[in-house]
Amino acid sequence: MNKAGERLINGLIKENPTFVLMLGMCPTLAVTTSAMNGLGMGLTTTVVLALSNVMISLLRNIIPDKVRIPAFIVVIASFVTMVELLLEGFIPSLYDALGIYIPLIVVNCIILGRAEAFASKNNIILSLFDGLGMGLGFSFALTCIGAIRELLGMGEIFGIRLMPESYVPFSIFVLAPGAFFVVAALTAIQNYAKIRGEKKGKDVSKIQSGGCGGCDGCSSSGCEPKFYDANAGKEEK
Amino acid sequence: MGDLLLIAIGSALVSNVVLSQFLGLCPFLGVSKKVETAAGMGAAVIFVITLASAVTGVIYKFILVRFDITYLQTIVFILVIAALVQFVEMFLKKFMVGLYEALGVYLPLITTNCAVLGVAINNVKYGYDILTGIVNGFATALGFAIAIIILAGIREKMEYNDIPEVFKGMPIVLITAGLMAIAFCGFSGLL
Repeated sequence: MNKAGERLINGLIKENPTFVLMLGMCPTLAVTTSAMNGLGMGLTTTVVLALSNVMISLLRNIIPDKVRIPAFIVVIASFVTMVELLLEGFIPSLYDALGIYIPLIVVNCIILGRAEAFASKNNIILSLFDGLGMGLGFSFALTCIGAIRELLGMGEIFGIRLMPESYVPFSIFVLAPGAFFVVAALTAIQNYAKIRGEKKGKDVSKIQSGGCGGCDGCSSSGCEPKFYDANAGKEEK
Repeated sequence: MGDLLLIAIGSALVSNVVLSQFLGLCPFLGVSKKVETAAGMGAAVIFVITLASAVTGVIYKFILVRFDITYLQTIVFILVIAALVQFVEMFLKKFMVGLYEALGVYLPLITTNCAVLGVAINNVKYGYDILTGIVNGFATALGFAIAIIILAGIREKMEYNDIPEVFKGMPIVLITAGLMAIAFCGFSGLL
């Protein structure tokens, strides 16, 4: 049970997908116009991530290595479709707010990355908690970014007014350019942490220096897979 | 014809795929260090998205709608796109070596480019027929190419600028992208 807890903490803090690994930037920028949308997107992704991790972990000995990526994609896409239909039926307001970004959860690097890097090698319980940890870390990050944008752009968080009446909101922060500025500030803070960590001699190799790090971060965590991988399993031996 | 033109301008400039819809950010930020590579990536994206719009449009109309299984859209589209990119890569390698050498390195990167799936889903969402879908796909990809080439041009100039230590690398690129997004907001007056 201890190990499962460790996976949770790992996803939430140590390897937070947004703040540390910088994965899944498309939804991060697109849906964080308010804290509520960020939270909704985060939790939707968490559900898909946990379920697909469990399913892939269950099937890990059955799926042949060469076609594992298409197999993972089918599993993930099935869960995304289910979640999409459920949202459409039961929470239509969230469904409308997230729109096209719900089906696009399929191509979120985090999910395929975790399937490839963790669930295909570990047992069900650990995979479940890994998915939950990563998903909650993602939700936490999206909610924070959403809250910052909502506060600056509208003067409220979760629809509750926090700024004084005289505050004139920078409405640019809830528009597209604001997303880039907030994430730019975030990556700058990350760079600062990295530079400081290096000075103190800490191991900072896990911190990606922002925005997919020229896609190096993506490719190493399974974001750039081949559909049919003829070399699968050969490299590691 | 006028409608098609309006759709094309709308998807290429007004609701630009990267700067206002945030699709395809990975290659946008990752492959924009030099104008040359950015142009190569832009060309590869135009090629793949136009082809993918045509193929997914045909599959949607003649298979998914006919057999009333449109709820399988996401699963079918992502598999078709992933297979298509791999197939295009193999085809170019075998039969069109010149083009493969120009675009080859970028093709695997496009598989997980969410813009490709995004365009396919958008075509269905707005109820475009196959031809309109292809035009929309081409225009969207053109918008991507315009944005990535402009960003690469700015980044080349920025090499010589004195940037604060913490803003070096990604942060300054994101700020540049944000400023470009403001500029592209100006296009919304066009339609």
